[in-house]
Amino acid sequence: MSPILEAHGLVKRYGHVTALDGADFELLPGEILAVIGDNGAGKSTLIKALSGALVPDEGRILLDGRPVHFHSPADARRAGIETVYQDLAVAPALDIAANLFLGREVRRKGVLGKVFRLLDTRRMQSEADAHMRDLKIGIGSMSQAVETLSGGQRQGVAVARSAAFARHVVIMDEPTAALGVKESGMVVDLIREVRERGLPVILISHDIPTVFDVADRIHIQRLGRRVAVVGPGDVDMAEAVAIMTGAAPGNTTRRD
Amino acid sequence: MPETTSTEPSGPAVADRAGRSRDAAAAVARFAAVPTVGPLAALLLACLFFSLSTDRFLTGGNLSLVVQQVMEVGTLAVGQTVVILTAGIDLSNGAVMAFGTIVMTRLAVGGDVPAPLAIVIGVVVCAAFGAVNGGLVTMARLPSFIVTLGTLNIAFALTHIYSHEQTVTGLPKALTALGETFPLGDTDVTYGSVVMLVLFAVAWYVLRFTAAGRHVYAVGDNPEAARLTGVSTRRLLITVYTVAGAVYGLAGLLLVGRTTVGDPQAGQTDNLDSITAVVLGGVSLFGGRGSIVGVLFGALIVGVIRNGLQLMGVASVYQVLITGILVILAVGVDRLARRRRQ
Ligand SMILES: Nc1ncnc2c1ncn2[C@@H]1O[C@H](COP(=O)(O)OP(=O)(O)OP(=O)(O)O)[C@@H](O)[C@H]1O
Ligand SMILES: [Mg+2]
Repeated sequence: MSPILEAHGLVKRYGHVTALDGADFELLPGEILAVIGDNGAGKSTLIKALSGALVPDEGRILLDGRPVHFHSPADARRAGIETVYQDLAVAPALDIAANLFLGREVRRKGVLGKVFRLLDTRRMQSEADAHMRDLKIGIGSMSQAVETLSGGQRQGVAVARSAAFARHVVIMDEPTAALGVKESGMVVDLIREVRERGLPVILISHDIPTVFDVADRIHIQRLGRRVAVVGPGDVDMAEAVAIMTGAAPGNTTRRD
Repeated sequence: MPETTSTEPSGPAVADRAGRSRDAAAAVARFAAVPTVGPLAALLLACLFFSLSTDRFLTGGNLSLVVQQVMEVGTLAVGQTVVILTAGIDLSNGAVMAFGTIVMTRLAVGGDVPAPLAIVIGVVVCAAFGAVNGGLVTMARLPSFIVTLGTLNIAFALTHIYSHEQTVTGLPKALTALGETFPLGDTDVTYGSVVMLVLFAVAWYVLRFTAAGRHVYAVGDNPEAARLTGVSTRRLLITVYTVAGAVYGLAGLLLVGRTTVGDPQAGQTDNLDSITAVVLGGVSLFGGRGSIVGVLFGALIVGVIRNGLQLMGVASVYQVLITGILVILAVGVDRLARRRRQ
């Protein structure tokens, strides 16, 4: 199977800190790929490069085998890559439907929409409702302000937004970091639900048990490079952590 | 509201009654949570108070006068509201308006520019000031408070330099047309009041029913989320400040219509008055929350209090005192509501 999203030799430097030091990356169609690594290993930087939030100094990114150059999150989004950010992703005072369609509002047809720019609020509400139900997120009313939701439900809104609009890839940077046990479980179910719909998911997480539970493959990042790709059935958690911290060798060689 | 913790209700009938009163309380709470209810209640209360205190308050002529007196500040508040919704603030609006009026009137009177063109130039100059505000806030990432404090002083100085400290008189008719009145029932209403109300209506529509309006709220609520979801926040902010500037130009035209002169001393406290109207209207100074309809009520509250106290013969410093207290109360309520949400 050829990868849907891949990167080769990504380098990103901040002054004399090298956040990415020739990192490779490969996401296969329909899989949940977890990215784990110690603090500062370059996970977020890698994901930012893939989602257009930053431009790498060196290296190539290919989507469906074709080279792509993202200069902003909007570029990546147009290419069908949606990202769920840890806690910055929603406008709390706006309602659920408004958040789901933020930046992609649907206008009424005809003169009302074209000339008077009138929003089709009802359509957005019903579509939002359909998306949320699709992902089995139980929230009563789409006209409820997001700030009235629990942390898990808010993350659900962010996930639903990505899943609704992503055509190729959904990226999630520590989606459960701020959540309690029960709410994390809810988000993990959501991640599986997204995969069921055929969308591959990149999941960055420090929660090793969850990673071993949901991931199809695990990308281990260390010192700005990918040092290993393992299957959750091939190694145990202790071994993965050992590779993460450098106590054990990885299994990928660096391509120069 | 009194706490109902004294006795536990017992028996189905009592429980039912308690349930019903809880429903009623919830309905009242929901009603009170609508952002325009507070300002409207305050406005009605003020009107009630003054109509009981003086029989000269509740007449068509006087109410029309109140609307006329809040015309410029109300119009300035339209621009101010949009800026504050994006979590900014505009201290320059009164000074920019004053500069606009001097540009319009001097061009039309001494500059041999046809009056309609002079008006357009005046409005464009005000919009340009807004664009500078917006540009500095977004590109240079300076706080709007500081930027607009700077442009306040620049506009103030330019006003005095360009006018040579002279009031411009003998204006052509086109410049004062909005000060003319038309009969409505048994009172006379100025066209300027209608312009202000139309601006409120347009702003209400845009803020409530268009994507641009939603983005204004989103940027004020969580700018990072807005940016990451694809809202072009810089372009939005520059547009907001520029449009606000153009609205200040229109406020200047209303001012000229009412006073029939170009006065370099005009508008010096209007920035604070417009902020007062916005705050009394229930718009959060932290951005992202509130309704422009509330701001119309807020502007009218200021007007009604000034007018009513004047009719009662209360010295004007007390009017200032009372509005000051009201502003602090309104900001306090906003703060409390915010804390409760978190
Ligand atoms: N904007 C920045 N400016 C300077 N240095 C940065 C910046 N962003 C990241 N870095 C540095 O790059 C390195 C990798 O950071 P990154 O955020 O990618 O790590 P991470 O694997 O996501 O870590 P964590 O698990 O803590 O989120 C770190 O040393 C970090 O200090
Ligand atoms: Mg990180």
